[in-house]
Amino acid sequence: MSGDERQAEARRVLGICNACGYCNGLCDLFEAAKHRPRLTDTDLAHLASLCHGCRSCLYACQYAPPHGFGVNVPRALAEMRHQSYADYAWPRPLAGLLAHSLMATLAIGLGAIGLLVALALLSTPAETLFSRQTGSGAFYRVLPWSWMVVLGLLPLAWSVFSIGISLRRYWRATATAAAPVTTGALLAALRDVLLLRNLSGGGPGCNDLDERASHKRRWLHQVMVLGLLLTFAATCVATYYHHGLALQAPYPLDSAPVVLGTLGGLLMSGAIAGLLWLKWQGDPEPTAAVARNADLAALMLLLSVALTGLALLLWRDTSAMGLLLAIHLGSVLALFLLIPYSKLVHAGYRFIALLVEAMERGNQRGQ
Amino acid sequence: MPDARHLDPAPDVLVIGGGTAALCAAIAARQAGASVLMVEQAPRALRGGNTRHSRNLRFAHTGETPLSTGPYPADAFWSDLERATSGTLDAGLARLLVQDSQDITGWLEAAGVHFQSHASGVLPQSSKTAFLLGGGKSMINALYSRAEHLGVSVAYETECVDLAIRENRLVGVTLKSGDRPGTLHPGAAIACCGGAQASRTWLRSCWGDAAEGFVNRGTPFAEGGVLRSLLDRGAEAVGDPKHLYLVAVDARSPADDGGIATRVRAMPAGIVVDTEGQRRHDEGGDTASTRYAVWGQRLAGFPGQLGHLILDARGLREAPPSLYPPITADSVGGLAERIGIHPAALDATLTRYNASVRAPDDPSDRAGWHSLGLDPPKSRLALPLTEAPFAAFPMRPGITFSYHGVGVDTTARVRLSQGGAVANLFAAGMIMAPSIIPRGYVSGLALTIGIVFGRLAGQEAARHVRG
Repeated sequence: MSGDERQAEARRVLGICNACGYCNGLCDLFEAAKHRPRLTDTDLAHLASLCHGCRSCLYACQYAPPHGFGVNVPRALAEMRHQSYADYAWPRPLAGLLAHSLMATLAIGLGAIGLLVALALLSTPAETLFSRQTGSGAFYRVLPWSWMVVLGLLPLAWSVFSIGISLRRYWRATATAAAPVTTGALLAALRDVLLLRNLSGGGPGCNDLDERASHKRRWLHQVMVLGLLLTFAATCVATYYHHGLALQAPYPLDSAPVVLGTLGGLLMSGAIAGLLWLKWQGDPEPTAAVARNADLAALMLLLSVALTGLALLLWRDTSAMGLLLAIHLGSVLALFLLIPYSKLVHAGYRFIALLVEAMERGNQRGQ
Repeated sequence: MPDARHLDPAPDVLVIGGGTAALCAAIAARQAGASVLMVEQAPRALRGGNTRHSRNLRFAHTGETPLSTGPYPADAFWSDLERATSGTLDAGLARLLVQDSQDITGWLEAAGVHFQSHASGVLPQSSKTAFLLGGGKSMINALYSRAEHLGVSVAYETECVDLAIRENRLVGVTLKSGDRPGTLHPGAAIACCGGAQASRTWLRSCWGDAAEGFVNRGTPFAEGGVLRSLLDRGAEAVGDPKHLYLVAVDARSPADDGGIATRVRAMPAGIVVDTEGQRRHDEGGDTASTRYAVWGQRLAGFPGQLGHLILDARGLREAPPSLYPPITADSVGGLAERIGIHPAALDATLTRYNASVRAPDDPSDRAGWHSLGLDPPKSRLALPLTEAPFAAFPMRPGITFSYHGVGVDTTARVRLSQGGAVANLFAAGMIMAPSIIPRGYVSGLALTIGIVFGRLAGQEAARHVRG
């Protein structure tokens, strides 16, 4: 489907929604669309990211297929969301990675792991790499610390820079000049992120699998994010141990980095398994192939980071440690590289969309 | 395709239909201990009758509730009904309706239905009706889940073609699935399958050629087979077959099932002309939401049942969102050509209208603008229509329901024209609504009738069978 076709379909279905309005209790999308009756390209980019893909409005819709109007808002906006990720991607040629997310993730994931394994093989004598290494600094005997820093920080810096440019352009396009950023709006948007209010179907939950409402996806998503944040915290604490306390990894099992990382990895793995199960079992009607593939790719990417991390912990005292470390670092490298060119970008766009809505609500109340 | 011969040949209670009344009847009967088979003519994806297109229900209440913006006592509900029906309502049934409406939101919530709170801040002010979260189809989904959970059997794409009544008893029901008919002998049956308004043949028999000019806003499955069978078998007819509840819809709407979004709403912002380019009614007279139905009735009297709402650029800017885009042109003549009206006629009508409009003392009071010496007048909101481009919305009368049904007593049993009622045959919902309100309507009433009488019929049917 071309970008123009995606926009035309999103405009068509939201035009019908604006004439109907029955779903305005399910989430913020429908009132937001009503306030943007012209449904310009920018409006559609905003509305697409405001939609959390909760699917409730398809099951509620009197015009859903097989009705002749064929209204499928979650699918049209999933297509539109992916169009706008590509439209705002920087640099533009890399937008292709978003269109082919499964292939891109597989290729970059395997490439990054291959690179790390090759580096380990080249830099470390085989008898060291494939022998049992324990005690302080064991990891750095496999891959020098400086390499790890370069291979971690450079891609991450690039990704932050690239995403920054994309989000800045998106913000400039979609933020309404008349509505200012206030502390209240920021807090409201953060609250919406924390509670995933737009994934609650107006209270009873969303249609995660079928016509029945549930809060499964909402909870699983937040548990996964919590797990991710814990692994990030583990990395930060480990950095402090390294620089502040001059303690070298690997750290003992009861140390803060290991406890945080293990808990994070387990939460991530469990939640991702749940999300994959929802994808597997769920009705494909309310989503689009491009969105399913992107979700799947991002989940597999995060799962590979979590599982290789846990494997490293489990077998770090064996001769497999060297290879496991290279594989884990490779998957982390792939994650860092793919943040701007995968489903993971949704976090930034969605936060901006929620903030813009909160600003406009504050502005309307103020008047 | 289900096969009628494989259905339970003798359920305690057979529910015919698949909308609100049918679901409430099935759930109530099952909760009272009866085995229940529900037969819905539509396929699963289009189940639910016209409830799919509904959004709110009317309920009497005295206390505070997040579902409405204020109290609505039973006597206020009663007065509204009396006024809307010009006093033609059936007092016994209407009293039952009002009284029993008081606990329906709680009953539905217990069955898994969710309402939209006014705290959401996005609902129209309403103290009289409660809004369903996500609309009628969400309620339908919840009630089907509940019914199936309770053990109600549901057969889709199964049509009831005949009901055999002998000596005040229902003795058999003929069903059809695909091309296989089968006869069931239920302990009791409840007809909850609406009117005949989707049947063009029936419409033509009442309206002649004008039938071609109507749009059926609702389900294409309301073909009235059960209604006709009941009337043929001696059930008491109520209402008037020719009387329809109509609203103005876009003439480009599909013949069936266009629902709420096809309404044309901006009449007060412009003028309405017939195919000769002539105005026929005061467009400023009725600006409340009742105008949709007022214009529906009016359009039924237009030549070819076709009218055009004419707006200028200002009127179009202020019009609410529409399903179909307006037909536009830079000149009045150009617009007339595009909508098939003689250009000179439309031009003359607009010139006459614009020459007659007068500003009130305070020209910013838009409602105060009115026509002077114009026949028919435009009594309010008569702003000049002079800013190009000009726009038109073609309109036709859209059928919401028909006032043609069967009479029931206060136990929801079907009455017979020769007197008495059928002991084991009940009716609920729009098929019996004209026995409560032979004319008139108030918003949210159809669902309330379906819920109150569906539930009552289910309970009474179960009691009849189980003793």
